[in-house]
Amino acid sequence: MQPFRYLKPTSIADALAAMPTSGSRARQVLAGGTTLIDLMKLNVMQPDVLIDIDGLAELTGIDISGDREMSFGALARMSDVANDAVILSRYPVLSEALLKAASSQLRNVATLGGNIMQRSRCAYFRGDAYPCNKKNPGSGCAAIEGLNRGHAVLGGSEACISAFPGDLAIALVALDAQVDVQSLRTHRTMLMADLHRLPGGRPDIETELAPDELITRIRIPHSELGKASAYHKVRDRESFAFALASAAVALKLDGPRVLDARIVLGGVATKPWRSRAAEENLIDQFLTEDSARKVGQIAMQGAQARRHNVFKIELGAETVAEALMIAGKRA
Amino acid sequence: MSSAETIDGIPQRLGAQNLSAGSVALTLRVNDAVHAVQFDIRSTLLDVLRERLGLTGAKKGCNHGQCGACTVHVDGRSTLSCLMLAVQAVGKHVTTIEGLAAPNATLHPVQQAFLDQDALQCGYCTPGQIMSADACIREGQATSAEQIREYMSGNICRCGAYPGIVAAIEQAVGKM
Repeated sequence: MQPFRYLKPTSIADALAAMPTSGSRARQVLAGGTTLIDLMKLNVMQPDVLIDIDGLAELTGIDISGDREMSFGALARMSDVANDAVILSRYPVLSEALLKAASSQLRNVATLGGNIMQRSRCAYFRGDAYPCNKKNPGSGCAAIEGLNRGHAVLGGSEACISAFPGDLAIALVALDAQVDVQSLRTHRTMLMADLHRLPGGRPDIETELAPDELITRIRIPHSELGKASAYHKVRDRESFAFALASAAVALKLDGPRVLDARIVLGGVATKPWRSRAAEENLIDQFLTEDSARKVGQIAMQGAQARRHNVFKIELGAETVAEALMIAGKRA
Repeated sequence: MSSAETIDGIPQRLGAQNLSAGSVALTLRVNDAVHAVQFDIRSTLLDVLRERLGLTGAKKGCNHGQCGACTVHVDGRSTLSCLMLAVQAVGKHVTTIEGLAAPNATLHPVQQAFLDQDALQCGYCTPGQIMSADACIREGQATSAEQIREYMSGNICRCGAYPGIVAAIEQAVGKM
């Protein structure tokens, strides 16, 4: 691990004043640290300065009592949100995404804001012996011709096919969540769905956040799509593993008829992957195993497999279909 | 335990601090004792526990948050000490396996249950397993074998003592 300077601001104003003004990654925000410390040990991230925001009161708190929305401080712990009784019953997709995201020890420490900013699990990104455009822009992508079983089949580019590793962000997109961000210059709110970028030619730029912007809150509007929702995650083992394919689905049903739907995929794409084509195909249809399977296939339209990840196209479609059937039973 | 603001002149809580790279002197509260300790700012909590405080129960298995052998409690919650900087634990209560038994050395119910159920073979992962198991029971997540297995999935046992571990947790549930 490279040497760094450690800052412990005691107010959000002090934290914002310490934020970087360029995108060099030389200054990093430290929340729970479960990704950042790991990547610093690997020398994949080598910040000169850590800005430890843990404990800043303005960034904590879980408020689910609002009439119109639920609000979560960026520092809310994954386990606290996952195990909230109201969220468990009214928004199972959110609890399931959090519970399936990591081990209990990680969920106790990792924060919502940190989790949606977590970085790639691509072995070429995490290793030090291979070219990686995400780590060293312009160096190339070792995954495209390399071992790419875990990589994305949707949203990739010739520069990067790293799969987005998160689960929470997939569920947040399905719940139309918003992200509040703040800098010394401005406050603004963006849709969770707009936070992450496609890799294109610059996979090192992963989000639409400016370097000096800090995520302060995550807000979820109350919705009739919450109850009949599910996060279905398919992994190499039953628990504590990253997704090969996952689906966050949320439905509004009238009997068997689908009135509205959100379908978002994880594990198969370079960012949280909402399929509006799949949603539109399902709306006004009856939810059956056949319609769910057809919608799953539509969700994977445009997939481009590499040597080792062809299986993800069928797996992704089946994962969506199973998620829809699980959610449908919760109406 | 001391309620003083400083120990040997070293503050117990971080104020608005800027710490330079290199060695720092801070206080850590571990197993209800306050320790003034000097360490490189890059040190993980695991390294300080093992190398500075001689608490070698928590193990450095994978060192990347994947095996659970380093599990300790921070403010009562199971935590991977390999993925937490020691400086992040300043001002918090850290409990390690060495602090779990009663002061008169009576074993904690989970420790006793691991012995009774033969829930280990080589023992390397056991301190982490026990710290997670204690949290599992206290959080009410030990209501079925299936739930125990899911909760404990962050603790890997390469000897494969899993059936005994589940049985030990089921035994300890009623005794805590």
